[in-house]
Amino acid sequence: MSSAALLATEETESTVIPRLEVGQWLEDGFNWFQDTFSLLIDWADVVFETSAEGLAGILAAPDALILTLIFAVIAWLLRDWKLSLLTIPLMLFIVSVDLWEESLETLAMVAVAVVVALIIAIPLGILAAKSHAVSRAVRPVLDLMQTMPALVWLIPTLFMFGLGMPAGILATIIFALPPGVRLTELAIRQVDSEVVEAGHAFGSTSTQILFRIQLPLATKTIMAGVNQVIMLALSMAVFAGFVGGGGLGGVVVGAINRLDLARGLEAGLCVVMLAVFLDRVTASLGSAEGSTLARLRRRRRSSSQHQEQQNEQEADLEAAATKTA
Amino acid sequence: MTESRSTPESAVSVRNVYKVFGRRPQHVVKKLKEGASRDELKSQGMAAVIDASFEVAPGEIFVVMGLSGSGKSTLIRTLNGIQPPTEGAVEIFGQDITAINPRQLRSIRREKISMVFQHFALLPHRTVGQNAAYALEVRGINRADREAKAEEALQLVGLGGYAGYYPHELSGGMRQRVGLARALAAETELMLMDEAFSALDPLIRKEMQDQLLELQQELGKTIVFITHDLNEAMRLGNRIAVMRDGRIVQNGTTEEILNDPANDYVAQFIQDVDRTRVLTARDVKEPPVALLGAEQGPRAAHRLMREHQTSALCVVDQAKRLQGVVYETDAAEGVATGKDTLEGLIRPMPTTAPQTVLAELLTAAAEHDAGVAVVDSDGRLEGVIPRVTLLSALADPSSGDFQTIPEEVQV
Repeated sequence: MSSAALLATEETESTVIPRLEVGQWLEDGFNWFQDTFSLLIDWADVVFETSAEGLAGILAAPDALILTLIFAVIAWLLRDWKLSLLTIPLMLFIVSVDLWEESLETLAMVAVAVVVALIIAIPLGILAAKSHAVSRAVRPVLDLMQTMPALVWLIPTLFMFGLGMPAGILATIIFALPPGVRLTELAIRQVDSEVVEAGHAFGSTSTQILFRIQLPLATKTIMAGVNQVIMLALSMAVFAGFVGGGGLGGVVVGAINRLDLARGLEAGLCVVMLAVFLDRVTASLGSAEGSTLARLRRRRRSSSQHQEQQNEQEADLEAAATKTA
Repeated sequence: MTESRSTPESAVSVRNVYKVFGRRPQHVVKKLKEGASRDELKSQGMAAVIDASFEVAPGEIFVVMGLSGSGKSTLIRTLNGIQPPTEGAVEIFGQDITAINPRQLRSIRREKISMVFQHFALLPHRTVGQNAAYALEVRGINRADREAKAEEALQLVGLGGYAGYYPHELSGGMRQRVGLARALAAETELMLMDEAFSALDPLIRKEMQDQLLELQQELGKTIVFITHDLNEAMRLGNRIAVMRDGRIVQNGTTEEILNDPANDYVAQFIQDVDRTRVLTARDVKEPPVALLGAEQGPRAAHRLMREHQTSALCVVDQAKRLQGVVYETDAAEGVATGKDTLEGLIRPMPTTAPQTVLAELLTAAAEHDAGVAVVDSDGRLEGVIPRVTLLSALADPSSGDFQTIPEEVQV
């Protein structure tokens, strides 16, 4: 078209629109961030590394069979005996393909990432529920975090922490965080407004309303968010193998490099086993009826009520007897 | 804005309150004052309450009645500041709650006002006892004290022993009793009830209304009650404010509203009222045309009846206590057989207390030609309700036609 436009553009295919160095600008911004918050980054590096490795060490300390039993008991307490029975073959499969330690490493990474993600996501979700401004500001950021291809997050985290677990953990946090915020916000907004109004009407402070009314009534939906965060973290923790995160991800990356289909499939199936276990266990956190703990608590309460009623009846009978006498 | 101070003895005093939702509420209020109608201003803001003023005396049940969208729920929420008025003053026991900080407002809500909600608004994750104790918990009262008080309140509403249950284990009526107990446990002088019984089925609703009236007599609370049901309004209310499109169109006693509706809207409303359940014996009783002393004879009775052209006369003793009734035929027979006293001629007469509603008098009136006698608690005659009076009281005054007598009166 015009010669001026032709001169101005060098690299874009379009003849009208100039090449924007968006990537370069973002990288400059990222470098500034890295320089400014280097202390924070170093601190996070240490925290992620020690907590994930420490947890992996603790999990690896007992024998695989003992840990399997512990997992089965957890499954029974949080859900029922059926899940507890399912847990045992899931775990034994992992042991039998000789990926037990790698799986524990991945589990530890997921646990650290999930805890950090929730520490950020739940308060942020609460703020977003209370203030429309926060909600509007947070939403595009969450969209960006969620829709950016997950592998891209590995690049800046690699710059920050270098090869190793912390880079993988941070990428996992970024990728897994959004549903935690979204579902917490939704959960709080969903709480019956009349009940919140009742809280106000009896003179509750907003803290009292948050902790005594909104959060308890939002638990179910927040737990659905927690479940989502865990599932996303598990999928991302495998990608973390690309930055030397170790665990099952490392096995997968190694298998890709060596075109070792057999090993790759084994590692992939271990991820599936972990996913089934984590999903079923955390899915029951939201529903009060589902857990064995809740059932036991209910049984105790109803038996004590029954006892009371019996006592009352006996007292009535006695009273009647003395009256007739 | 008027600057008139409320009388200090008012429990609630609402003066020229406006509540507008929307972007420019102040502007809408200004326009409304200049005479613009609510519909004209719809695009700029939704005027839920327009220029509402009323006073509620301590110990009174004040009912605000209106259809949905009339602004009654918003109005009741301005009383405890959940919806702060756009303009105007709301005084609770002499304190203007529109001019205080949030901390003071909370303390007023804790100590002076409690509220019962249409859909109960119980906390599903807490037991009935913990729900009933909620107001006390918020105030920071220790567990033992608040549990004791909650149990007391639960007993008042007939739910003693249910403290350990969860709300979802109870029926709708029982849940609202818990809502009522929560408000009672707060021991506030003022109770706001927002369509409290509207979600309950009719039988339970009537039971709850009776219970509320009983509790009111016992505890002497001041109650502001919101309803869309005029029958409920008339059963409960000492005074009723009828709302329409955000304005209070009439504020008066049950009788005033029934017999002197302020406009066509109110008149239309009261058309459907079951007057037999609203009007009481006191409202329709008449002074007896003549009385017969117990010591008088059949001759005197006969003469009095002829004089007053009536077929029956009430017999009273010297303290004006009702002894019974003498019918014309009996008096004539007494004269014929030459009796000197009324002994053996006096028949029993159905009696009723002044506060009985007319519905409960219909059967008695149907069986006795002389009608029903209204007596006070000592048995003294206050007046009589002849059958004709009863029937005409049931007719709607706005239509003079006898054909509009409600169907229930097929006696």
